This record gives sequence, structure tokens and C-alpha cells, in this order.
Amino acid sequence: MIELTGISRVFHVGGRPVHALRDLDLTIATGEYVAVMGPSGSGKSTLLHLLGCLDRPTSGSYRLDGRDVAGLDEAELSRVRRHKIGFVFQSFHLVSRLTAMQNVELPMIFAGVERRQRAERVGRALAAVGLSERADHRPDQLSGGERQRVAIARAVVMGPGVLLADEPTGNLDTASGQDVVTLLESMNADGLTLVVVTHNPAIGDHAGRQIRLSDGRIVEDRGRRAEPGTP
Amino acid sequence: MSAYDLLGFAAGALRGHRLRTMLSILGVSIGVASVIVLTALGEGALVFVTREFSSLGSNLLFVIPGKTETTGMAPIGGVANDLTLEDADAIRRVRGVRHVAPLTMGEARARAGDRSRDVTVAGTTVDLRELRSIRMQAGRYLPGGDLGRAPRVCVLGAEIRRELFPDTNPLGEIIKIGDERFRVIGVSEPRGMSVGMDLDELIHIPVVRAMKLFDQTSLFRIMIQVSSHEDLEAVKAGVREVLLERHDGEEDVTLWTQDSILTALDRVLTALTLALGGIAAVSLTVAGVGIMNVMLVSVSERTPEVGLLKALGVTPAQVLAAFLVEASILSTSGGLAGLAGGFAIVRVFTRLYPVFPAAPPAWAVVGSLGLSMAIGILFGAFPARRASRLDPVQALATRY
Repeated sequence: MIELTGISRVFHVGGRPVHALRDLDLTIATGEYVAVMGPSGSGKSTLLHLLGCLDRPTSGSYRLDGRDVAGLDEAELSRVRRHKIGFVFQSFHLVSRLTAMQNVELPMIFAGVERRQRAERVGRALAAVGLSERADHRPDQLSGGERQRVAIARAVVMGPGVLLADEPTGNLDTASGQDVVTLLESMNADGLTLVVVTHNPAIGDHAGRQIRLSDGRIVEDRGRRAEPGTP
Repeated sequence: MSAYDLLGFAAGALRGHRLRTMLSILGVSIGVASVIVLTALGEGALVFVTREFSSLGSNLLFVIPGKTETTGMAPIGGVANDLTLEDADAIRRVRGVRHVAPLTMGEARARAGDRSRDVTVAGTTVDLRELRSIRMQAGRYLPGGDLGRAPRVCVLGAEIRRELFPDTNPLGEIIKIGDERFRVIGVSEPRGMSVGMDLDELIHIPVVRAMKLFDQTSLFRIMIQVSSHEDLEAVKAGVREVLLERHDGEEDVTLWTQDSILTALDRVLTALTLALGGIAAVSLTVAGVGIMNVMLVSVSERTPEVGLLKALGVTPAQVLAAFLVEASILSTSGGLAGLAGGFAIVRVFTRLYPVFPAAPPAWAVVGSLGLSMAIGILFGAFPARRASRLDPVQALATRY
């Protein structure tokens, strides 16, 4: 459950304030599939970074699963990300010196997961994205689609509740992009909250809910799941 | 996360840049190796010199004219009294004294037939033979008896004999030293350098003859051998008293024991070793700057990776630790490689010069290894801190 209330984010560029998000309210229920769309500079990425606890709002409150995370310090935010958030990036962000397996293992190493358990979970995560045979390949030996699937395996291996994807198909051809979308959606179907920032209308149409941003404000919010208790 | 995993991650990152990693390890190892080698040489010099002096025997006392112990300035009250043969005779009567050898030194030209060379001439008495354990190769040493009527005889060092009488028996031959003629009565056994005095390159003549030859009124040294080491201090006091009385109450000689010479030498050479080690430690510090440079490059090159790690939930403290461990791996492996290299060089050196017992002192080994590790932490801290403080959003957006 994600609850943003009165969120603003102001950057200072060259001494002048730039309002990336303005007084934004947003609630995302567990298990929702949300597409965030809008023109460049509309605040999509900033919103995603705030949702992922990579950034802190200038003002407003952010409750994640009932806990206020807006005021947490860096180390506490790290732990929130570790356990509750999975990230998928447009440029994959795989560590080039590590194999697919090691990339997926990375978050568990720093989370202190025990070695044997790590191997088992890596195996399951790679199997889930259909890359068990590619486990020992380095990123430069994988296709773009495969790289993004490794990245998705890495994003979910810690068992987060929320998967945040920033233009996950932006660097992929149509076919492998479709594979990735299908994969993400299947994970959503298994209960994972999925928030995708995208320019791709195909994804937007798939999503249960579409949010359109413009100039730091939500200008359109379609398909919002009815909250319990509201008529 | 476990220390083992942290180490594995850091080592993996270093393996990603083999050349850079090897070069910074090389930098540290040169630093450590130079500490090892230089202090080994200093320590070797100390042992070498100590051993040389000990070969003299531990129960020696030297009387040197002039008071040089207290100040470096000329003795107050004008010229000091001469140190004379009569002084040496008087010392002979001090309790606990076994041998007293007066010594005077000079340079002169020695000629035998058509051969000649410059030599160092030592004027002394038969006692020197006992004092320095001089063995004869041929003939005999200087005669004892009344010093005043000493004959014009001489004893040649082995090397002098080889040069002046390469093919003939020198015994009984006449050589000219300066303008005076001396009969050769003996040749000493080859012995080599000993305490800055090469006995092989020395001609011994009776001390009275030498003082006349070089027109000297004062002895260069009086060497005293004490019956036993325990008597040394008592004899020293006795000798001082005798000389004080003979020199009208003026304390114008310096009494040196083997111990005081050794202590002084030990102090000088230890300081030298420390200085050498210190100079070498500077190169270790330079290597530390090298590590800092490499780590800074690594951090900026891997900015996107740091961003990713943070997105994955790695805490700033863990990022700091990962980079610190990387720097420590560099410096510690450099330290170990340097130790190995340093010991190898010292080993080669001792093979080449077996008389010189070069060995690094324990403090240099422990210190240089410890310093190299500390340098990794010290110089790795700034880059690691920089990495840990990177803003994740900006780091992720960085293109490399």
C-alpha cells in the first residue's frame, strides 16, 4: 500500500527552484498495475524515485505499508529499498564484470543472505525469467531482452512488494520488449505491485490504471481500483 | 553481510581492472621492499661493526690525549700535556692491568731495493702483539726490553711484504722508512681489515723510533688490556688517577672503553637505520597517494554501479566498507609482495657479501606491513567516503 499526500519535490538548478512535483496525492493499492505516463520533464522519473525511496520529498508525507518513510535517514531508506522495492531500469544497470547469476545474487550478498540459500534463490529467480541456461553468461554475452530479464530477476529476488520500472522497454526491440512486458505483468498477476513509467502506449493500455503527469501534477488517473468502503 | 562476501565483492571489483590493480600493488610493494632492504643494510652495518669491535676483546681501555668527551671545543687552559711513554709505564703499575701498548701512527715512504710505496707506520711495543693477537708468518715480533734503546727493526704486514719482497725472503733485509734504515725481523700473518686498521698494510717499528721518525712528542693512543672485564671500571679509575697526578692535576686525557665505543656506534647506527627506514617509509606514503588516486578513478568510473547498489538497498556504510576493503586489499597485498621482494633482495645481497650480515629488524618488518595496511585505510577513506555519499538518483543517471 502506497500513500502519497501533498508531495512536492523542488530541485535547485542554477540557483533557481524547479518544481518537479507539486502537491501530489496518490494512493496505490497492493497488487495494482499502474502505468505512469506524460511528456519529458513532467515529473514521472522523480515520482518513481520518490516511490522507490531513492529520493526524499521536499514536503509531504509518504506512507509505505503504513510506515512513514519520508523522514527516514539514508541507512533506513536503504533497508526499505532492500526489502520492499525492486527496480528495473531502462539501461538495465547490470554489473558488467559479474555473470547473470552473480548479478542476481548481488542484493542478497549485501542483505546478508546465507550462501546456500542465495544459490537456491538465484536459481529460482533465473528460472522464473527463463534464463537458467544463461546463468554463467556475462551481460555482454546476452541480448538486450535477456539483460532486462536478468535485471528483473535481480529486482524480485529479495521478494519486494513493489516493482518499479523506468522505461523497461526503452532500449529494446518490439519483440523482446513485449517479452519483458509479459514477464512484468505475470509478476503483477502473482501479487506484486507494479508501477511502470513509460512512453509506450501499448504498456499503458495493458495497465489496469493509467496516471498521466504534466508539469508535476496528476492530470489524469484512469482505472483506479475501487477502494474498499468507497461506493 | 559476511566479511567473506565483502572481501569477495571487493576482490571481484579489483579483478575487473587488472593492470591498474597490479600497478598500485607494485607501488606499495616497492615502498615496503625498500623499507626492508634499507633497514636490513643499516642493521647489517650495526652487527658488522659490533662484531668487528668485539673481536678486539671486551676488556680493552683506550687512553686518548685531549679531553674530548665533555665538549667539542679545545681543552680550556691551552695545550694539553703530552701523552708520553712514561705515562704508559706508570699505567703498567695500575692494579688489574695486563698489557699496555703505547701506539703512535704516521705515514711514510718505505723502500726496499728498487721497490717503494707509501705505508702506515705504527710505533708500538711488544705488548701490541698480545693485545691484538697478532700472529707471525715468519720471524718474530718487536723485541721487548728497554724502550729507550730500541733497535732499528721492523715487522711487515703481509700485504707490504708481498709488495716490497714479492719473491725474496725479507727476514734480515734492510728497508728504508722515510730517511731511516730498519732491519726486517718479522712478517705478520694476513688478517684483513680490523676496526679500521688494516694490519696487513702496516709496518710496526719500536715506538721510540717512530716518535723520532715522525718528530712526535705525544702518543696517539695508549691501549690497555685489563685482566678481566669486571676490573674495567676499577682500572679506568686507577688510570685516571695516575694520569691526573702525572699531569699536574689536569684532566687532559680521554678514557674510552670498548663499551663506550660500542654504545656510541650502536646509537649512531641505530639512528642511521631509523633514518633509512624513515626515508623508505616516505615511498610508502607516495604509494598510498597512488592508491588514493586509483580508488578515486575507480569510484568515478563505477558511479552508476554505486547508484545501482544503493537502489538495491545497499547502505552507505556498506558502500564505504566495500571500497575501503578494496583499498586495503591493494595495500595489504602490496605489503606482502613487498616483504617477499625485500627479503629476496636481502637474501641475494647476503649471498654476494657473506661478511655483511644484512637482516631487516623485526620492527621494520612489522612496521612496514602495518604501515602499508594503515595506508590502505587512510588513503582509501576519502574515495570510499565519496562513493558512500553519492546521491543514488544522480549516480544512476551518470553515463560511463
